[in-house]
Amino acid sequence: MFCCLGLPLTAPAKLNVVATTPDLGSIAREIGGDQVAVTVLAKPTEDPHFVDPKPSFLVTLNKADALIEDGADLDVGYMPPLLGNARNGKIMPGKPGNIQAAEGVQMREVPGALDRRFGDVHPKGNPHFVDDPVVARIIAEHLAESFAQLDPRSRDAYKANLASFESTLDVKFKQWEEMLSPYKGAKLVTYHKDMTYFAERFGFEVIDTLEPLPGVSPSPSHLAEVIEKMKAEHAKVILVQPFQNRKTAETVANHVGAKVVDFPLQPGTTKATGTYFQWMDLLIGSLAHALSETK
Amino acid sequence: LEDIVKKLLLTFLSAVLAFAPTVARAQTEEEIRKTAIEDLKPWIEQEVQRRVKEAMEAAKTNAPPASVQVPVAAPPSAQAGPVESPESAKLSDQLAKELGAVSPLSQSPNRPITLVSGQGAYANLSLDVLGLMGTSSRANIGLVDPYGSGQRGFELQEAEIFIDGAVDPYFYGAGNFSFTTDNRNSTSVYVEEAFLRTLSLPWNLQVQAGQFHTAFGRLNQQHTHMWDYVDPPLVNARLFGGDLINPGVQISWLAPTPFYTAVYFTVQDSQGERQDSQAVSFLGNTPLFGRTPVDRSIHSVGDLLFVPRITSSFDLTDNQTVTVGASAAFGPNDSGSDTRTEIYGLDAYWKWKPANAHGGWPFLKWQSEAMTRRYEAGADPTAVPLPLPDETLWDWGGYTQLVWGFTSGWTAALRGDYVDGTKGAFYPDPDRDERWRISPALTWYLSEFSKIRLQYNFDEISHFGPAHSVWVQFEYVLGAHGAHPY
Repeated sequence: MFCCLGLPLTAPAKLNVVATTPDLGSIAREIGGDQVAVTVLAKPTEDPHFVDPKPSFLVTLNKADALIEDGADLDVGYMPPLLGNARNGKIMPGKPGNIQAAEGVQMREVPGALDRRFGDVHPKGNPHFVDDPVVARIIAEHLAESFAQLDPRSRDAYKANLASFESTLDVKFKQWEEMLSPYKGAKLVTYHKDMTYFAERFGFEVIDTLEPLPGVSPSPSHLAEVIEKMKAEHAKVILVQPFQNRKTAETVANHVGAKVVDFPLQPGTTKATGTYFQWMDLLIGSLAHALSETK
Repeated sequence: LEDIVKKLLLTFLSAVLAFAPTVARAQTEEEIRKTAIEDLKPWIEQEVQRRVKEAMEAAKTNAPPASVQVPVAAPPSAQAGPVESPESAKLSDQLAKELGAVSPLSQSPNRPITLVSGQGAYANLSLDVLGLMGTSSRANIGLVDPYGSGQRGFELQEAEIFIDGAVDPYFYGAGNFSFTTDNRNSTSVYVEEAFLRTLSLPWNLQVQAGQFHTAFGRLNQQHTHMWDYVDPPLVNARLFGGDLINPGVQISWLAPTPFYTAVYFTVQDSQGERQDSQAVSFLGNTPLFGRTPVDRSIHSVGDLLFVPRITSSFDLTDNQTVTVGASAAFGPNDSGSDTRTEIYGLDAYWKWKPANAHGGWPFLKWQSEAMTRRYEAGADPTAVPLPLPDETLWDWGGYTQLVWGFTSGWTAALRGDYVDGTKGAFYPDPDRDERWRISPALTWYLSEFSKIRLQYNFDEISHFGPAHSVWVQFEYVLGAHGAHPY
């Protein structure tokens, strides 16, 4: 009878992981596998800068063993009041359960001085980095290490999941580079400054954004400049995210003869695009397709 | 009253009608995206399969792919300054027409400020200024002025210095110092908040201690600059003098329910109504209901203010959240040596925001509160013009408001207010008589850090008749400022 006391009566509980955005959640699922339960706060189609700090998030965060934040203040508009009221010491900054994805990532566009005349710039640099496979690898390694620290019993599983993720990523990355290689050096326009890392990785040039400054809505005078620039530099593709104004992009595209491409920077905006690789396949595929048509 | 109800209904209906096309547009746009991606899928699958095949074959013959390298930082790219040619000016006009009105910025007004904290600082520091300009057909503008400074034209509603941050691993601390000026330009400073709050107590508990907004209802816990209107609702002004703020301790518990439920219990010295309030429910120094306040201070536990509150929230759908709450406040009042006040309140809040909202727009939110007060008024035999007996006074009131973020950066809002009370010995009394108000407001958020608001009040107080008031308010925030709670 006493021998049973030392044994768990149910299957070991899963590590309860909360990710602020679906892209971070998708990598957490790859690394955590069956050992973790991942909950994502932001919806895939939602503007990740403007997520409402709903009270239901407090319930989710209260039960979390780990919280994955982007770590570059993308969630600064809603996370501080949530963390301050979640009553969960495990996920407080500085604790192993508080995972900052940007840690170890070489940040781009870190402002030299903080001045809001330059729009809503993030003091820690551009936070839109998960669609860069190299960064994804850094995040994956970081997550595997953190999960193992929080749940040492499954250390081997996380290690194996990481190894499998990395080998798939190696193959896929090569494949993605090949798919995009015919269009290397192509000039792109985005709505927000959210393609810096991706463009650098795959050799594209983002010549301008429809927003005149980060977080500032496109003005006709700025769009006129964009149109002239696109014409002069033969940029034929405008990338937009689900929450951005497609009409604005289409208006500009019509003036230039360019193509508007839906380029969701979060996985899961449509069916079967929810995993990291499905999502990246969609991004690379959409871009390759658009560039092949406008070449 | 029928007329008013009709007018309200008509306004609401026209708001709903105008709102419908926005939803329709959002749906079609989403459909376009979905079809575009669906159409792409076969092509992508084909292409991916082909590439996978090629890559696999290549992998067989070649060495394993080199693992990816660590990126090197690139300097931030400087954007070239705008050069506007005559041609681009023409194009600009044409684009303005094609796009319709384009508003310059996007963010969410219920959370209008994101934090850009100073790097390396131990605390966030900000200056928040609310300026007000307005006039009223009411001769005594003090009766309708949001802050009762009795001034037409321009006034500084509030200049607030806010400092907050983590004290250590155990506490969050905040201080909020509000500066106002009167019509002689003499400045008063009000310590609106100075409290610390625990960060990780066990059993889902949290303790807050210091000077803070009493956890009663919804609006009372919000800073002035978070309000959707220039002024507080009538019921808040009448029962709390705007904000109920006191020194004390608050303990709260997050219940282990599947949906959000939190229970608050606050104990405070009930001294803390704003100096400029005209109505005092608990201990203060303002004359009330014709009586002279007795000198009364805290002698026993019973002289403290006790405020229990429970609140729950449900996500109705991915895009709709509803929050409800019930509060009560029990404490002494200084109309007599042992007189007491009880206030009970209910609050509800609903918000809709589509899944593809950009910068927080569009959205629709509805907020309502109802309160009632039981006030034991002490006898005052020396009152002028007539001696006043001891009596129990009941007051009640509420407001309901709709705020519609109809297009990026803009909100249109409509609020209805009503307050009334039983007839007391001191009569008529503009602090207790029937009063109602209708307030439409239009706000333009130029950025997350500045806004301009236009508000009109139709305001009728018994024995004073109707009044028309117009207010223009601007706000700016400089520096770091913490995100707002939901």
